[in-house]
Amino acid sequence: MSETILVQNGQVYDPQNGVNGEIRDIWIKHGRVVAPEEMDRKRAQTIDATGLVVMPGGVDIHSHIVGAKVNAGRKFRPEDHRDHVRSRTSFTRSGAGYTVPTTYLTGYLYAEMGYTTVMEAATAPLVARHTHEEMEDTPILDKGAFITMGNNHFIMNCIRDGQRDKARDYVAWLLGATKGYAIKIVNPGGVENWKWGKNVSELDDEVIGFGVTPRQIITTLAWINDDLGLPHVPHIHGLGLGSTGNARTTVETIEALGGRRAHFCHLQFLSYAGERGNLPRSGAAAVARAVNEHPNVTVDVGQVVFGEATTMTCDGPFQYRLHRLTGHKWLNDDVEGETGGGVVPIRYDRKNPVNAVQWVIGLELFLLTQDPWRVFLTTDHPNAGPFFYYPQVIKLLMDRDYRAEMLQGIHDRTRRNTLLHELDREYSLYEIAIITRAGTARALGLKNKGHLGVGADADVTIYAPLDDREEMFARPPYVLKDGEIVVRDGQLVRERPGRTLYVDPPYDPAIETDLRAHFEERYTLSFDNYPVSCEYLPHGQVVACE
Amino acid sequence: MSDVIEATKSETAEVRVVENVVCSFCGCLCDDIVVEVDDGGITRVRKACANGRGFFTHYRPAPRQPSVNGQGVGWKEAVAEAAQILNAADSPLIYGLSSTVTEAQRKAVKLADRLGAMIDTTSSVCHGPTGLAMQAVGEPTCTLGEVRNRADLLVFWGCNPAVSHIRHSSRYSARSKGMLTPNGRQDRTVVAVDVRPTASTRTADIFLQVQPGADFDVLAALRALVQGKEIAMETVGGVPATQLSDLADRFKTCRFGVAFVGMGLTQSRGRDLNVSELFTLVADLNQYTRFSVIPMRGHGNVAGADQVLTWQAGYPFAVSFARGYPQYGPGEFSTVDVLARGEADAALILASDPVAHFPRAAARQLEHIPTIVLDPMPSLTARVARVVFPTACYGVDAAGTVYRMDGVPLRLRPALPRARPTDEEVLDQIIEAVM
Repeated sequence: MSETILVQNGQVYDPQNGVNGEIRDIWIKHGRVVAPEEMDRKRAQTIDATGLVVMPGGVDIHSHIVGAKVNAGRKFRPEDHRDHVRSRTSFTRSGAGYTVPTTYLTGYLYAEMGYTTVMEAATAPLVARHTHEEMEDTPILDKGAFITMGNNHFIMNCIRDGQRDKARDYVAWLLGATKGYAIKIVNPGGVENWKWGKNVSELDDEVIGFGVTPRQIITTLAWINDDLGLPHVPHIHGLGLGSTGNARTTVETIEALGGRRAHFCHLQFLSYAGERGNLPRSGAAAVARAVNEHPNVTVDVGQVVFGEATTMTCDGPFQYRLHRLTGHKWLNDDVEGETGGGVVPIRYDRKNPVNAVQWVIGLELFLLTQDPWRVFLTTDHPNAGPFFYYPQVIKLLMDRDYRAEMLQGIHDRTRRNTLLHELDREYSLYEIAIITRAGTARALGLKNKGHLGVGADADVTIYAPLDDREEMFARPPYVLKDGEIVVRDGQLVRERPGRTLYVDPPYDPAIETDLRAHFEERYTLSFDNYPVSCEYLPHGQVVACE
Repeated sequence: MSDVIEATKSETAEVRVVENVVCSFCGCLCDDIVVEVDDGGITRVRKACANGRGFFTHYRPAPRQPSVNGQGVGWKEAVAEAAQILNAADSPLIYGLSSTVTEAQRKAVKLADRLGAMIDTTSSVCHGPTGLAMQAVGEPTCTLGEVRNRADLLVFWGCNPAVSHIRHSSRYSARSKGMLTPNGRQDRTVVAVDVRPTASTRTADIFLQVQPGADFDVLAALRALVQGKEIAMETVGGVPATQLSDLADRFKTCRFGVAFVGMGLTQSRGRDLNVSELFTLVADLNQYTRFSVIPMRGHGNVAGADQVLTWQAGYPFAVSFARGYPQYGPGEFSTVDVLARGEADAALILASDPVAHFPRAAARQLEHIPTIVLDPMPSLTARVARVVFPTACYGVDAAGTVYRMDGVPLRLRPALPRARPTDEEVLDQIIEAVM
């Protein structure tokens, strides 16, 4: 293994540095991209990228790959794994699973697709230790965990009592205690109300027993996020997910931020127009308009892929509704004083009117959102489909003939009613590089990722420029992680551990007195046994706040 | 190797008080234990129950050396012998896992993957049917803190926590006080279901004495009644229909109900079908109110064994790597069945004593094939084993991670300095040696 690598003559797409398909050399030393003068040309291993496309490693901003909820999904879906297995090799572990693959297999599949950084989208603080154990068993990838806070008793008490600063100190403490990366908000107040068998549907509904509203929770956490200078913004799964008419609530939520920054995840599930009780229609146009008008907002789509999926969210009431709707088996887990969640298997059928409109909405959101730096590729894995279908989604975005062909196969009335016929836009390779790495890395505040400028982590993916974009993005011939070749000729050749990225914002230690009392009153474990210690992050790396 | 694996010597002299110690005896994982330690070992244990106190005070880190065929040997020699046994085997088996930390469980699955072995946990003889039920119908559950803070109706079905999980009642369930249950026991209705009166049924408000083997019938009747259907029988499984009817009403009208399920349901006639019926009843009840179920896991980290095997292999127990990838086969790869059919030709037993607990035919097989044992305690299995590694005890002198019965992971705080190597250290050496 050479410490220095020259990726020569590639057609480079590095949008962060304005490089749009120009022929460039990328110089790599000690895991970083360096200036040519720092290299000893003679000692460098050369990868001839002539005729190939070079991009930074993929950065996934929202995926459910590790932790209690994902593992519950694995455990209760043996039918998902049986026909989807991979054998061990001399240097890799065996694995199983399709929509919910085992940890090692997840690392391999992402790496083989050219992704090198993946964010776990939701971890309940109480079980963060579990998330870190699984992250350590997920090789190659750099990872981070978003910590759910939208239904947290301590935070809601602070809001009710007008103690914004105390809530801020708590959030800082909690991120440090869980070794988390960002603030996650899931159906704020709705998950708490689910513990009474209820939900919230409007921003000003009341959270039972707390006298606060979803609006207050979102705006407070958005303020806290800015005040702490966290690298990412609050990552919001809004109200009424999966419900007809939620597009209006989504637009209201974007407006409620009052200009503060936020990321809205899997927006497809939150862009349904129509009257409650009816089948959903596409609300993508209205939602995309709101996104276009609010530069403080980024989104990821959560594109539906037809076929098997496993829904898993912290949104307990939504999961229950889906269970009642489909009759499929249902997991629920209410987590004391913090959050909840559920898992329900699903299959997206192109002839089903609801599934078809979900598929259409995702594509409309991609094509109607003007700024690629603010709309990102996800399938909300495994909620709308497995992550290894990203190449298919890329093809849908880059190839309007393919899109038209796929459109022909869906439910008739849905096809007739969609805007998609009128949307001629085709994403360029430059734009794909933005929505899959440059834009996501920027939104996550990862300064060394998503680009190939001097100082960047040497996470590099080299694609063969095939006409079939799905094939091109499914099997890159080369993938480098931290300057080491992990995929060569499309084959995994090396397993190495990835990092766990986390934040460690400062807080006023006086808060610990209140927290001890809170733990005595509400929790079933002691305050001292709650924080995740550094033993769980042998490959941990702090990302600085500003 | 020797610096890692050789003993760490105790150098402390005065009495130390260690607080917030996690007791790893049972699935409750009480984490408020106070342990006092002096030069000679543990002198006092406060707050623990009788089971937990014994777990700490009876611990002796002896013997210090491994053995092969009953003769004391060095660690290197024992590792070489274990590796030789495993390398020579066509169909090795790894079993146990539930009384050690996830760090060791992760290594055990890695070793199984490497060897193409079968791997199974004690779940297959306790809550394995619970896992099958979860895979069939799902599982509405919650953490124990939700029980503490919200539950006004508790059901204990086929379990006897007054004996097996002694502090469950005061820390988490019947007698605990929380957000919506400030008066503890007075704020809750407790229902016990069992085939005979027990220490737990005696303190319940309502006791359903079910005929042995009739749990499924009773659960099916409850499901019907909850759905508003009438049942023509006067008694079901020995329980008067009027009592069932009253119970169905209580279930539907409570604020937050939680059913705890034990081996009385999982290991009696009907097994996973019993548990599926209970889980379905609980799911049904969510049309009327909120209701959850929590399996009463026995061993301190059996829940962790489920988790680790699932994240590394996709399945919670009864896994075979023989084809190079994980396959799931309760009944096929579960250890009692594998041993009784004579299908394993070597075994590594981690932190478990199957010879003491298995049916005779299965236990006897462990005497006939070369067996390797890793265990802090002397055991019947160790007595028949060819290679025995006496390892440090999780929670007493070994650190690591354990998962509570509700899936909450905790970090152990061992009060004693370590006198012997840990399970994961020994497994690491074996993995190195078999490669």
